[in-house]
Amino acid sequence: MAITPDEAAKVAHLARIEVADSDLEGIASELSSILGFMEQLNEVDIEGVEPMSAVTPMLLKRRSDNVTSGGDSVKVLSNAPENRQGFFVVPKVVE
Amino acid sequence: MRELNQLSISEARDGLRSREFSAVELANSCLAAVDNAAELNLFCETTAELALDAARMADVRISSGDAPSMCGIPVGIKDLFCTAGVSTQAASKILQGFKPEYESTVTARLTDAGATMLGKLNMDEFAMGSSTEHSVYGPAVNPWRAKGCDRKRSPGGSSGGSAAAVAADLCLGALGTDTGGSIRQPAAFTGTVGVKPTYGRCSRWGIIAFASSLDQAGPLTKSVRDAAIMLEAISGHDPKDSTSANHEVPNFESFLERGVAGKKIGIPREFRLDAMPSEIETLWSDGAKMLRSQGAEIVDVSLPHTKYALPAYYVIAPAEASSNLARYDGVRYGYRARLRDGEGIVELYKRTRAEGFGQEVKRRVMIGTYVLSQGFYEAYYRRAQKVRSLIKRDFEKIFAEGVEALLTPATPSSAFEIGSVGKSDPVEMYLNDVFTVTVNLAGLPGISVPAGLDRQGLPLGLQIIGRPWDEGEMLACAYAIEDAAGFSAKPDRWWI
Amino acid sequence: MHRMNFREPEPKTIAGARGDWEMVIGLEVHAQVSSKSKLFSGSSTEFGAEPNSNVDFVDAAMPGMLPVINEFCVEQAVRTGLGLKAKINLRSEFDRKNYFYPDLPQGYQISQLYHPIVGEGEVTVETRQGFARRVRIEHLHLEQDAGKSLHDLDPNCSYVDLNRTGVALMEIVSYPDIRSPEEAAAYILKLRQILRFLGTCDGNMQNGNLRADVNVSVRPKGSSNLGIRCEIKNMNSTKFIQQAIDYEARRQVAILEDGGKVVQETRLYDASSGTTRSMRSKEEAHDYRYFPCPDLLPLEISKEWVDSVAAGIPELPDEKKARFIREFGVTPYDADVLTAEADNAAYFEDVAAGRDGKTAANWVINELFGRLNKDGKSVSESPVSASQLGAILDLLAAKDISGKIAKEVFEIVWNEGGDPAMIVEERGLKQVTDERAIRSAVEMVLEANPDQVERARANPKVAGWFVGQVMKSTGGKANPAQVNAIVRELLEL
Repeated sequence: MAITPDEAAKVAHLARIEVADSDLEGIASELSSILGFMEQLNEVDIEGVEPMSAVTPMLLKRRSDNVTSGGDSVKVLSNAPENRQGFFVVPKVVE
Repeated sequence: MRELNQLSISEARDGLRSREFSAVELANSCLAAVDNAAELNLFCETTAELALDAARMADVRISSGDAPSMCGIPVGIKDLFCTAGVSTQAASKILQGFKPEYESTVTARLTDAGATMLGKLNMDEFAMGSSTEHSVYGPAVNPWRAKGCDRKRSPGGSSGGSAAAVAADLCLGALGTDTGGSIRQPAAFTGTVGVKPTYGRCSRWGIIAFASSLDQAGPLTKSVRDAAIMLEAISGHDPKDSTSANHEVPNFESFLERGVAGKKIGIPREFRLDAMPSEIETLWSDGAKMLRSQGAEIVDVSLPHTKYALPAYYVIAPAEASSNLARYDGVRYGYRARLRDGEGIVELYKRTRAEGFGQEVKRRVMIGTYVLSQGFYEAYYRRAQKVRSLIKRDFEKIFAEGVEALLTPATPSSAFEIGSVGKSDPVEMYLNDVFTVTVNLAGLPGISVPAGLDRQGLPLGLQIIGRPWDEGEMLACAYAIEDAAGFSAKPDRWWI
Repeated sequence: MHRMNFREPEPKTIAGARGDWEMVIGLEVHAQVSSKSKLFSGSSTEFGAEPNSNVDFVDAAMPGMLPVINEFCVEQAVRTGLGLKAKINLRSEFDRKNYFYPDLPQGYQISQLYHPIVGEGEVTVETRQGFARRVRIEHLHLEQDAGKSLHDLDPNCSYVDLNRTGVALMEIVSYPDIRSPEEAAAYILKLRQILRFLGTCDGNMQNGNLRADVNVSVRPKGSSNLGIRCEIKNMNSTKFIQQAIDYEARRQVAILEDGGKVVQETRLYDASSGTTRSMRSKEEAHDYRYFPCPDLLPLEISKEWVDSVAAGIPELPDEKKARFIREFGVTPYDADVLTAEADNAAYFEDVAAGRDGKTAANWVINELFGRLNKDGKSVSESPVSASQLGAILDLLAAKDISGKIAKEVFEIVWNEGGDPAMIVEERGLKQVTDERAIRSAVEMVLEANPDQVERARANPKVAGWFVGQVMKSTGGKANPAQVNAIVRELLEL
């Protein structure tokens, strides 16, 4: 299955990765080559097979409803590129 | 006279306990070796002071007589593990400057056992790669070179820094992670032992995620015994990881001497590739002979869906990665790109990720995004997860027939030269994982053990695949091969 | 189980140029689970904390952090499902919904798309007495809430607060069974009532603990096709929901009558203008790339456990209402009022136990609720307890006090507390029933007003004036029925 430069641009946008127009052709061909490799999966008879949902079958563990963490905004913000007044700061978002 | 840094973990443990040397001396010996090995580009961060502090504490513990096996043992940690207050970047620019406020469960277990962390080890960015060339720190270099050739070789990947650091005697053991072969392939390329435990054996909490359903931490060591010691130290249930299993952790070292007599060991015929180099073929059959001569019953087995493991893996792993890596957006930590006037949040995301991620990561994130997108989810992702069920079923069937372990080659080749693979076609690099990915897809334990040198004088490894939760028997098989192969070669120390 | 008979309400129609249109409405209600900690992390859910203080490393999506599910939230989802008479799925799965937004740190929301924990159910929504819409529930699933972006603190930047990030939500998705703005409002209020009865969500709409995305489409009246819908996001007021639906339906009718096509999109309601507008940030086509969350295993619960949860489900509003009508003989309207809140209903039942239900309902609704409303108090804060009010009603029933005095006693208990019987005794409020005493009081009044006596004999209606005078002269304590009888006797009426 071949990916067109247009489709590559769409995927890059969905993944939020900036790509120069001049690179789209190359990316499209790389992605096509990888997808081509995956085409082999179409040979497998998967009739009636359930997709894997957990490689190690066990019960999902649960925690009890107690407050055990949080309460330290300094630690949460310590690695932020920009923070003010206890908030993370990003360029203006228009809703 | 061997230097302290050249010791194995078990030798050092004995030496420390009998007070032949101190943990501080041992740490200093390793730190000096690290300093002398800058050319290998294995450590991306050295934590000498932390190591010496820990070594002093270890000496106190050892003298009090209450010291676990890893106490005072200098180790290196793959940059994928979050280490409190210590730079953790997954070898990516996008985590520039990131210092976690928390410690991964696995590294905390090692530290609690008294191990001394020398620093963080080079890797492929976000563990995506099989060569440790895709790193913001530059390529890691394999201490091994071909006979009569001084061109630099890749230590494999993504835990290439971990494997090479152990091979070059910079540390006694190292932590790696294995998603599709990232511990076992570099182990094979560097003449070291690498274990990928059963999925759920080691906590993933605090390990930067690549593909959550496949990732497992594991040790890289100089011997099978060391692997057993280190694996035991990092194993165990963690309530903070929903996929960590509540399974008892046995004393793995106690399994080693059990031998293989009477054990049924399978040789999966589908692992015999069309274009397999004869040296690999020979190594494999030699391995089978070694096991047979020690009393194992070698049986031919079939894993019919083996061929589809690699393509299934390259659907599932990038899909999970595309989602796991969405959090790297320049908002809460790490790198943030500069914006021009009038640009907004979308540009912030796109440029931060374009500048912060390397080529291979971007490629996989895009592939993963594509296979999950509308109209393709069924055709790629769901189909791959169904194939994965079939692959797991193949193993369950032969285990049910009484096969206790499988013997396969670890890699289709020995270490390649840096820059020589995957330049024109990324799939060429992916083929490195051909023998290892099935193990991750089925959640099984696997170990790579050095078994010989090829014509060029480069190490080759064999892989033992165990039953789920049966790392003990798997280690016993590996121990038998190690013993029979008598692999003792070390690389020339050309970098000093 | 009691099942009321209802008629379906008429759909609301909009008159168009070429005929009538009807609206088709479906709701996605987000109800915050009343848990102390978040769905997948141990940080607090408390409202109104300092920015980013109820945030841990999991909520902030720090590298390597993993989710572990809160069992209390699972139980509340199951309780709610049982309360909605829905199918409980013994196996459900969590999926990741992937999109980028500053208040979504992980870059995905953990939700349940393919295998939700609760399947189909239903809610009976009364629009007025005797009329109800049966709204089918499509499913209920658990998911994480997002954080909050503040856009007005800085002209160039948005500020992000993650306190709300990861709080457990139950998303309750209805079929498009609703046919008018009023029904939509009634549906939300009914859901809110059920949730509050169950205690699974506090229903606080002002804090956003209960909010809805409203899907609106229109179609020619009588058609059974579904039109193209628009989704109005994030509404937390029933008043605005009704206004938004009305505006949105009219907007769509105008487009269709103009020969245009409604564009399926997400819209935002602007309360100041009373209009809806397209959301710019959601303009581009979304592709959420849902897939099972690999950090979590399928959630499996046992039939036995579900049964044990079911055993703990309290009586719900519909059943309670029916029972109140049946057992206490109250009117359907009064039953509605009494069952609006579980606390109110419990108070009423305490008062009504062993007493006349209608009188109890009257007093609880008119005196107690009226007084509570006036003071802005809830039943749990009432200064008059159910047993105190019951004691007043007992005095009334025993004819120890009159209705008027009973109200006085109620006021005294409200302000000062105390045992009503003691108050009546100590303050001499006890009703006079002594025949001779009443007779002499009547005689005194008759003697003092000979003209009125004449008038009363000509016009018996004037007799009431004498009753009033006697009550006055006895300080309201005389038994009014006896007074009445003796007045009529002596006037020879």
